[in-house]
Amino acid sequence: MKFVAKKLSVTTLNTVRHATLLIAALSFTGHAMAQTTVEDAWARATVPGQPATGAFMTLKADADSTLISVQSPAAKDTQIHQSTMKGDVMSMLPVDEVSLPAGEPVVFDANGYHIMLMGLVTQVKEGDTVPLTLKIKNAQGEEETLEVKAVARALNAPDHVHAH
Amino acid sequence: MNDFPTRRRVLAGMGILGLGALAGCGDSNKLSFKHGKDLSNEILGRTFRLKDPQGNEKTLSSFRGMMPMVFFGFTQCPAVCPTTLARAVQAKKLMGRDGDRLQVIFITLDPERDTPEVLDAYVKLFDPTFVALRGTLEQTAEVAKEFKVFFEKVPVGDTYTISHTSTSYVFDSRGVLRLGLSHSLTAQECAEDLLTVMEVC
Repeated sequence: MKFVAKKLSVTTLNTVRHATLLIAALSFTGHAMAQTTVEDAWARATVPGQPATGAFMTLKADADSTLISVQSPAAKDTQIHQSTMKGDVMSMLPVDEVSLPAGEPVVFDANGYHIMLMGLVTQVKEGDTVPLTLKIKNAQGEEETLEVKAVARALNAPDHVHAH
Repeated sequence: MNDFPTRRRVLAGMGILGLGALAGCGDSNKLSFKHGKDLSNEILGRTFRLKDPQGNEKTLSSFRGMMPMVFFGFTQCPAVCPTTLARAVQAKKLMGRDGDRLQVIFITLDPERDTPEVLDAYVKLFDPTFVALRGTLEQTAEVAKEFKVFFEKVPVGDTYTISHTSTSYVFDSRGVLRLGLSHSLTAQECAEDLLTVMEVC
């Protein structure tokens, strides 16, 4: 899955500094359809010159759905990746889509699915907001668009590996 | 080191192994770790020669007297690299004053994209005492081989990611490889095993 960069302004990256870490999941296309909620969306801050970083969150769909794409004006190429461990070798590879079973929280974190922002337009600083557009398809083929604002946490923030 | 003898207290529960280790910190002492893997009988990573971001050549003996913990990664790694470095920061804190002797060394597997500047800023953000090392592509491949570290570039769109061994390798203060810490261990578990290494040498 690959997206061409949109030439959008990323001033929001630097100007919007939310105190909250919880997120807004908001604009829906379509009508009376399934809804997906987003919690705890965050991105890892970078050092100057670091061209990629990850974004993390928990998604919950109220009906069986599939996350089919993620886009962001913050990076040239935004992809869904999955970390897998084989022996002691960690691989992080792109996946085309992620199933969101009804009512089941799907955690995007360092150890599983995560959003890769590759070719960052600018440094992501702690507190910056990284806008993400998630496209989710339900079993009927209807698409839902979720606008997510991932707030950047420090590069050295621990992952919530053992939290769930 | 002046305070060296006081560090030779035998850890409760180490029993005979601990006493054996007291006899001298030789290479063949097997250690009993609660969480990590004993690598005392493995000969890995002894002869690496890489540069720090300031251009100084570093070898294992550059860190003599410290307890080096070597980890391989790349700064564009979203997951295991920052979490392993963050875990090292926590483990170091949990070790109290002994943590001052832990020398975290991050060796990049991606010298093409990890410039000295990016690398330095990256590791120092975790802890100003952490050191990043970098070689040419050939040197990187050699060092990885010496540690039996697997790494592989995987093309992704018009860029690439790197699959790699996620183990941290711990040497004692005389440069003897002792311990392998897997990615799945917590900071507390790492700290306990690191203190065990420290008790011995």
